[in-house]
Amino acid sequence: MINFKAILAIYFHEIERTKRTLFQSIISPIISTSLYFIIFGAAIGSRINEIDGVSYGMYIVPGLLMLNLLTQSISNGSFSTFFPKFNGTIFELQAAPISGIEMIIGFVGATASKSILLGTLIIITSTFFIDLNIAHPILMIFFLIITSITFSMFGFIIGLWADNFEKLTLIPLIIVTPLVFLGGSFYSINMLPEFWQNISLLNPVLYLVSGFKYSFYEISDVSIMTSIITILIILLICILFIIIIFVKGYNLRN
Amino acid sequence: MTNLISLKKVNKFYNNSYHALKDVNLNIKKGEIFALLGPNGAGKSTLINTICGLAYHSSGLINIAGLDLKKNRKFIKTMIGLVPQELHLEAFDTVFSNVCYSRGLWGKKNNYELVNNLLKKLKLFEKKDSLLIQLSGGMKRRVLIAKALSHNPKILFLDEPSAGVDVELRQEMWEIIYKLKEEGVTIILTTHYIEEAEEIADRVGIINEGRIILVEEKKQLLAKLGNKKLVLKLSKKLKSLPIFLKNYSAKLNKNGKELEINLDKSKNDILDIISLIKKNKLSFLEFDIKKRSLESIFIDFIKGNTK
Ligand SMILES: Nc1ncnc2c1ncn2[C@@H]1O[C@H](COP(=O)(O)OP(=O)(O)OP(=O)(O)O)[C@@H](O)[C@H]1O
Ligand SMILES: [Mg+2]
Repeated sequence: MINFKAILAIYFHEIERTKRTLFQSIISPIISTSLYFIIFGAAIGSRINEIDGVSYGMYIVPGLLMLNLLTQSISNGSFSTFFPKFNGTIFELQAAPISGIEMIIGFVGATASKSILLGTLIIITSTFFIDLNIAHPILMIFFLIITSITFSMFGFIIGLWADNFEKLTLIPLIIVTPLVFLGGSFYSINMLPEFWQNISLLNPVLYLVSGFKYSFYEISDVSIMTSIITILIILLICILFIIIIFVKGYNLRN
Repeated sequence: MTNLISLKKVNKFYNNSYHALKDVNLNIKKGEIFALLGPNGAGKSTLINTICGLAYHSSGLINIAGLDLKKNRKFIKTMIGLVPQELHLEAFDTVFSNVCYSRGLWGKKNNYELVNNLLKKLKLFEKKDSLLIQLSGGMKRRVLIAKALSHNPKILFLDEPSAGVDVELRQEMWEIIYKLKEEGVTIILTTHYIEEAEEIADRVGIINEGRIILVEEKKQLLAKLGNKKLVLKLSKKLKSLPIFLKNYSAKLNKNGKELEINLDKSKNDILDIISLIKKNKLSFLEFDIKKRSLESIFIDFIKGNTK
């Protein structure tokens, strides 16, 4: 039998926790996004030519969205599972009649909800700075949701794996952020020499950013199908990892 | 009474190396209060955590309400409440919402009235909107008790419930435990305070170095191991125990002014001791026969078993 009440309890407990850290998890990303728009959209962007027929201020919206979704999903997701281990309250999750799946739905669901909310707020914020029109809104929402879920899950895994604060911030900082910046968030890879273009194609985040660019402006670095398949593959890998973790009880039980 | 919990040859290794539980056999009866005693590191918490699902046993069989724990973990957990030894609480949640959270985790419907009553019973009602970080240690302990009771467990584990709780509150806590027993809850607790076991337990188990070395009805334990001692106030100080007492469990107190000899009820040896004292001309001012505490029995027992 599925313990729905426990899923809801975890979900709302996590949402409550976010409310207590509203500034850190919602307001501060919005402020930094606004700064990007002011600096790159208005100040510098006015001196940059259009890329693929889109003004620079508009061009960076998908990349900024991706940057925030990825970093926030991962850091919130990893924190939500690391935190109970760190303060010892994990004993209760272990003693309660909750399966691994229920725990994931509760925690990942809450983290993903936050990211989706954040993404929506960033899109709204952008309309204060640019004239936004979204070519494929449904597709955009699909990417928004699936990216949030996937990387919240990724964060969940990191939180389970990490046994100190350093590990917790290591992966987001030294892997994810560079991949986002080098994944064509703020430029088109066509602007790079061919060698670097080929290197860039090894970066999975590029495919995700490209998918967003397509759903906003019908421009992309790779085909939209490739983008969709990429995010689904990453999601599958995360699910696989989680299954392995729960089968092995990794870092959860003695 | 039937066995609600039964452990058969349960072994637990930490990290595949440290042998924390060794061939533990133990039966807990429905509706009883069972006290687990043992020195630091004996394996009390390990035993409890293994039953509650915080750790997994390496071998052996744990049966709860007739079900194999390994195969029915989720269902069995719905019956169990746990008050852990450590005061693990989330710092910035409020008392009330944190107790409600526990109830939710156990799959129970929100019930504010029940939670409020529980907080009143545990003298936490005034603190219901306080952050957990603002509470004293004893209050935190009571919040953990409230959390464990919030989902109406049939079996309650209390790992050192009275650590850091003051005397008055300890008394009130015992009353709560008695009431739970009346409601049919089975209670297993560990404690360092022997008086606690002496006062509230129906049965006592002693664990040492991962082995259960004794399980006994409390009354029988006191009777069997001899719960009386002969205390002599000596007229002259003694530097060491007289040799003629070498076959008895005895010790000197108060700088050698007082001699204490434990009596073994089964042997009825008080007459022997008195005649020995007479024969060896040990002079004393007063004598008294006192009750021994479970504590001294316990210490003797552990000494006897580790020798
Ligand atoms: N997670 C762990 N990993 C490795 N060893 C452990 C772990 N937890 C406990 N132990 C070891 O198992 C033994 C039993 O510990 P346990 O906590 O069960 O003792 P205890 O009887 O509860 O002691 P106390 O009275 O101090 O609470 C100790 O030697 C301890 O070092
Ligand atoms: Mg302990």
